[in-house]
Amino acid sequence: MNESYYLILAALLFTIGCMGVLLRRNAILVFMSIELMLNSVNLTLVTFSRINGDLEGQVMAFFVMVVAAAEVVVGLAIIMSIFRSRRSASIDDVNLLKY
Amino acid sequence: MTATTVLAQDVLAATSTGEAITFWVLGPLATIAAVMMVLSRNAVHAALFLAAVMLSLAGLYAAQDAPFLAAVQVIVYTGAILMLFLFVLMLVGVDSSDSLVETLRGQRVAAVVLGLGFAGLLIGAIGGAVLQDDGTVAAVGLEAANAEGNVVGIARLLFTDYLFAFEVTSAMLITAALGATVLSHKERTEAATLGQREMARRRFAGGNPIAPPGPGVFAGRNSTATPALLPDGSEAKTSVSSVLQSESYAPPTEGPSAVRGAVPPPNGDEPSGDHP
Repeated sequence: MNESYYLILAALLFTIGCMGVLLRRNAILVFMSIELMLNSVNLTLVTFSRINGDLEGQVMAFFVMVVAAAEVVVGLAIIMSIFRSRRSASIDDVNLLKY
Repeated sequence: MTATTVLAQDVLAATSTGEAITFWVLGPLATIAAVMMVLSRNAVHAALFLAAVMLSLAGLYAAQDAPFLAAVQVIVYTGAILMLFLFVLMLVGVDSSDSLVETLRGQRVAAVVLGLGFAGLLIGAIGGAVLQDDGTVAAVGLEAANAEGNVVGIARLLFTDYLFAFEVTSAMLITAALGATVLSHKERTEAATLGQREMARRRFAGGNPIAPPGPGVFAGRNSTATPALLPDGSEAKTSVSSVLQSESYAPPTEGPSAVRGAVPPPNGDEPSGDHP
């Protein structure tokens, strides 16, 4: 085995996350799939950091983690406020801007 | 001497057997858990599968000379972010399951086909970019960069080259905290902001100045959620607090039992809910 296996694993996880976003209706599950995609990108960054022998990739992954933490807080607050006003966490119900 | 040095360098350059075992245990585990996360009907199960994926990824980081990120992954993702997810899941309601209705016809099939194509595209592109002609990867390895220790190396980069980005991060975190506070802020109900004078004025303007009946008066049970019964046997809606009527309160399934010997409303129509 070599380092490219990690990249293939990350690509698989990213694809699974993509499909989760496309397939699921629950807003929280869509959000979890986005987190999965962010995690797979982190794995790619760490692997490339090792391939290039440079710690910058790990610093990038660290920043991605910080941004993901902030993003989760705001996103879950948005989901909560939508749920409070519409009594539903389904993304199909939030189509008022569509027409 | 030289032979052992060359051998040691050879071992260092290639991925070791222990790392291969780690990868072949954690990699399939992460993949299966991710698939189960997408497929599971229960949202809490999905959160737990996501925790499995994140812990596997932490193990893979540790195997790839990134012990600091492995620790941060466990603390920030599985410790904080997933707990936040579970928190919101419990607030929203665990049984808020997905609707099975397909809004766009053929969307699922198209999503799966596009996903498989996307995976092939990604893997092909990465393989073409990284793999050499003989199928190996020319990896430098982090032994030189981690010579002082992984945490020291990351800190050196973070507080020199990326210092401005690091400082801006603090502004972003404050903005996120402020945004979450604003978004989850609940406006007080109108009744809570009214003064005593306005309350009294509205009460006398409404035509029913007497005190509303207390809950549980002449009722079958003494819960505050049980409406009082009027002399004609009907329920007085105004006897129950508006909080219990409006939010997250489900009335008892069998309903309040009428007082023994209560007579039905005389003329059959629904009373207004106040004393006649």
